[in-house]
Amino acid sequence: MKTEFQNGVLTAYLDGEIDHDSAAKIRAHVDASVQSLKPKLLCLDFSRVGFMDSSGVGLVMGRYRMMKLLGGMLRVINIPDSVYRVFAMSGLEGLGVLR
Amino acid sequence: MKTINEMKLSFPSKSRNEAFARAAVAAFIAALDPTVSELSDLKTAVSEAVTNCIVHGYRRTSGTVYLTGKITEDNRVIIKIRDKGVGIADVKQAMEPLFTTAPEEERAGLGFAVMQSFCDRVRVSSKPERGTTVTLEKQIGHE
Repeated sequence: MKTEFQNGVLTAYLDGEIDHDSAAKIRAHVDASVQSLKPKLLCLDFSRVGFMDSSGVGLVMGRYRMMKLLGGMLRVINIPDSVYRVFAMSGLEGLGVLR
Repeated sequence: MKTINEMKLSFPSKSRNEAFARAAVAAFIAALDPTVSELSDLKTAVSEAVTNCIVHGYRRTSGTVYLTGKITEDNRVIIKIRDKGVGIADVKQAMEPLFTTAPEEERAGLGFAVMQSFCDRVRVSSKPERGTTVTLEKQIGHE
């Protein structure tokens, strides 16, 4: 997974398939970057995600809570339609993090 | 309705097998020429059910996940996913959206809701200490 840090914004480019197995690895990677860089805004870019089950919802909810605790914000961007269908069931739409 | 094809798989409850299980089911139904969304729906539902076996059924232990697939003459796909794990005492409660027994692992509690939304029919039978069987049914080619 590629990450980019610029002007207080950390962007993580997620790719491939997000399930319970890969979500644990993504979580470890993103959280380590957040702890060391302390971004104001964490952007999760989903443009290269081909598959996601509800583990991805847990991943986003967890990062949302973490960023809130740290006084920062979360955005989830470039969500493919097939992935959005899982997010749509989650109530995450109400948090205003999905773009 | 007559069964025109079937398959059986079993694999250890390792999380890397979640990807294997949904890829195997995708390959199994490929001959029905599913649409992209039918394929994605079924893969997502299978992924949820197999993850449940690993995260909940065999929580803190390991065991075997059993998956069987059937295709009927009228292009209905029936996938059964079974574990011999802890089982579910209250299936109705477990199927409620947002209910989870593993919040510390960031489980969203949406597994059954996703299965129900992405399949035509979902059946769950479970006995505490005996295990759980989830049956997913989806018609291919009606969209």
